[in-house]
Amino acid sequence: MTWTREQMAARAALELRDGYYVNLGIGIPTLVGNYIPPNVDVTLHSENGILGLGPFPTEDEVDPDIINAGKQTITELDRTSYVSSADSFAMVRGGHINLSVLGAMEVAENGDLANWMIPSKMVKGPGGAMDLVAGVPRIIVLMEHVDKHGTPKFRKRCTLPVTGINVVDMLITTHAVFQRRDRQSPFELIELAPSVTLDQVRQMTEGCFIEALMR
Amino acid sequence: MVQKIYPDARSALADVLRDGLTIVAGGFGLCGIPETLIGAIQELGAKNLTVISNNAGVDDFGLGRLLHARQIRKMISSYVGENKEFERQYLSGELEVEFCPQGTLAERMRAGGAGIPAFYTRTGVGTLIAEGKEHREFGGETYLLETALRADLGIVKAWKGDPYGNLVYRKSARNFNPMAATCAKITIAEVEHLVGPGELDPDQIHTSGIFVDRLILAASNEKRIERRTTREKAE
Repeated sequence: MTWTREQMAARAALELRDGYYVNLGIGIPTLVGNYIPPNVDVTLHSENGILGLGPFPTEDEVDPDIINAGKQTITELDRTSYVSSADSFAMVRGGHINLSVLGAMEVAENGDLANWMIPSKMVKGPGGAMDLVAGVPRIIVLMEHVDKHGTPKFRKRCTLPVTGINVVDMLITTHAVFQRRDRQSPFELIELAPSVTLDQVRQMTEGCFIEALMR
Repeated sequence: MVQKIYPDARSALADVLRDGLTIVAGGFGLCGIPETLIGAIQELGAKNLTVISNNAGVDDFGLGRLLHARQIRKMISSYVGENKEFERQYLSGELEVEFCPQGTLAERMRAGGAGIPAFYTRTGVGTLIAEGKEHREFGGETYLLETALRADLGIVKAWKGDPYGNLVYRKSARNFNPMAATCAKITIAEVEHLVGPGELDPDQIHTSGIFVDRLILAASNEKRIERRTTREKAE
């Protein structure tokens, strides 16, 4: 059985550490906020200018002036501060955010990430993703292991235009978890989803990795 | 005292707006967008505009209205995924687009307003964004040179403004507005509340009046929500 979106998010949440400032990307990464472990205090950053994101509002708390980077309505907390976009990205580019969790179309074995465009097909733009991967010291990617045609998304080299070069530290897919000791090291396979086998992952993965499963 | 307050958006735009202008706009998604001024620009009908804005609105609201009316020739933006008309015009070649990473866009506006012609950043190194740009090493890391942005006209939205042009923004509606207010030859602010002299706390002003040339009371504060997301009330 493979991991659901929620299970992938919960796995990523185990990487959060007390005191971290964290940026969660749009989509599955946003769900990570639902699984912050008790006793771990993190402050969530949203690149549109909020440090200290609260939960979604109840119907009568909705305020159109409080949205996250995914344009969803959210709430503020007693720690919340609002800043301009320039100051928000000073937090990102200045290395003040500890961790970012992002989605991806492709990740390469050398840590390259592609998640912003499909030439002549999908043109949405990079948003804040290029700034995040350039400025945040630790990047975790959440993505399906293969695309809807069954093509591996963990590749030797990205085939799509990249968002950043050698920026991914950990990769959590529907099937497995990979991580690197540092950005000079190869990815190691450290966990498999329940009843997913090493052989299956090898068949479904184009990028090279070292098997380092806990026995 | 110079009279900065204009009776409405049309009168504030009348002698400024013309074809071919470069306009910088505040706002993120539909949050904190100068919706009154955008509406007036559509009605006045200037064409061949270059618009610098993080997003392009949605199909029938915000800058999407100007796209729909074919008034925009070029956009400089970071993310336009919410607008089908934008995608159609771009893919068919009717609309020119310069994609700019979001933090780089904010900094390019800030630099433009602060008299800084260009700056180095790590953002975008090794990507399509870096093509044709100067690269330089600092401390063993590669950076690329991004140039400042300047516009003919700046349009911003604030919560409160006083007759001197001092502005206060509200919550995440601040976003790109403070930078957009600084980098244009003429900046027009629309405010939800026009207050009297001395009514704003000088310690809490986000944009000083020096950056704001004209001020109107916003006629439209629809503040449309793109993704209303709620949770159940805990009993």
